[in-house]
Amino acid sequence: MSNDVYVVGIDMIKFGRFDDAKPESLAAQATLLALDDCGQTIQDMQAIYAGTCNGTMMGQRMLHYVGQTGAPVVNVTNACATGATAFREAFIAIKAGLYDTCLAVGSEKMGKGMLVPKNSGGTAIPTEGLLGSGVMPSVFAQMGMEHSRKYGTTFEQFARVSEKNHKHSVLNPKAMYQKETPLDMVMQAEMIAYPLTKLMCSVNVDGAAAAVLMSEKRTRELGLMNRAVRVKGSGLASDPFTDRNLVMQDVNTVTRIAAARAYEMAGVGPDDVDLVELHDCFATAEIPHYENLGLCAEGEGGAFLDSGATTYGGKVPVNLSGGLLSKGHPLGATGIANIYEIAQHLRGEAGERQVEGATIGLTHVVGLGSACAVHILEKA
Amino acid sequence: MNDISATERPVAPYTELDEAGKPYLLGSRCGACGQTHLGRFENCPKCGARGDMDAVKLASHGTLYNYTIVHRSLPGVKVPFVSATVDLDGGGTVRGNLIDIEPDPAYLKFGMPVDVVFRSASTAVADGDGYIAHFFIPAQEAAQ
Repeated sequence: MSNDVYVVGIDMIKFGRFDDAKPESLAAQATLLALDDCGQTIQDMQAIYAGTCNGTMMGQRMLHYVGQTGAPVVNVTNACATGATAFREAFIAIKAGLYDTCLAVGSEKMGKGMLVPKNSGGTAIPTEGLLGSGVMPSVFAQMGMEHSRKYGTTFEQFARVSEKNHKHSVLNPKAMYQKETPLDMVMQAEMIAYPLTKLMCSVNVDGAAAAVLMSEKRTRELGLMNRAVRVKGSGLASDPFTDRNLVMQDVNTVTRIAAARAYEMAGVGPDDVDLVELHDCFATAEIPHYENLGLCAEGEGGAFLDSGATTYGGKVPVNLSGGLLSKGHPLGATGIANIYEIAQHLRGEAGERQVEGATIGLTHVVGLGSACAVHILEKA
Repeated sequence: MNDISATERPVAPYTELDEAGKPYLLGSRCGACGQTHLGRFENCPKCGARGDMDAVKLASHGTLYNYTIVHRSLPGVKVPFVSATVDLDGGGTVRGNLIDIEPDPAYLKFGMPVDVVFRSASTAVADGDGYIAHFFIPAQEAAQ
């Protein structure tokens, strides 16, 4: 029997704003959904990997809501790659033969407004607006501008990403928003950081997602293989040195490294991938990531989008969930929520969003600082 | 060009004052790989060489590598402004406000030459009194 690892149960709560909730209470809801998805109990979880970007001991607190079993809990934080990192730790533990059944859960209660890097770089006074801008829209606006500089990508093309992903979200009942935003609406929305308008920025929402991972042996013993999804490849990378990385964060190179690792482990290439959930925290990010993930040739991301390759019926639909732009982006939950979306398609349970015959899907998240996680999942 | 008083202190840890009290951007150059970084480093982030970094005075001229025009920022921050990433001549990359230019993509050209100038931080932010900061302006020799 192989040492393959499977996702046997996975779910997410509908993303939204839950003012009275705590990260651990949202995590508990997602955990119970994931357990029910595979008929397991919290007592069956031999180890728990819990991700959140704010606060400590979220995993243990989550157990106060669902049962304190004494299982080892590891709390994980890795910026926007937090959930995917927790998932990967569960995968590694099973792959190593330590456990047969693990839970990975991610949760976040988001504040209002823009995210600001915590480390001010040792300056005497706050530097936002003084030494340029370090808020997230500005960082990712520059990611788009760099692509424009190299390849002539236009404001309109970036706006089309947002139009597409918002359109996708209409069919996803678990997305924060299920509203179409026509191109002119996107382009005419309030400018935040050129070329990003408000409708090209992901939604700050609360949310949680959880997954039960299992060894092949246990999956077979329990008869769970018919809905199982194989974790075929897992790549994690930190940002290597690149020329401007210390001043202008480079999420391209770190993505390429993580993707190469995941493809190598999976033994597949970009052409084998049927659908992708990638990190569209801002609309400018999606087009460069087509290239970073090898979905199209270098410099052709804009044309790839324009061709319709990344929407329904295209070569490789991207962000059918609505993406972070419309589904929402609760940091710690995002990495598991996008695995949930892929799993639904591979199981043939994605409803109106279903990519027919999908057998391989890819998820990608990247957190500034930086951390990138790529997972390749296969129908079992 | 440098409209500052002797009592003002630099905002950024990578801004130093020379013997004459004139500010400049400080960098570190790796003796092993030759890479120049903004600020002080003990060891090289590029190649990992240990203890082989020389402090260098970075150039006050460079080119605009990248930018965004910030229309919404944190509460209290004056907008719009141009947040620019500049490659300095001879090495080192710095972020700062590009001023004395319309905050409009029609006026901002990738690769355009810029000068580094130091001004009171109070010209950009409300709580900047007593501090100096670097800014970029369109290169004067290239100006019409």
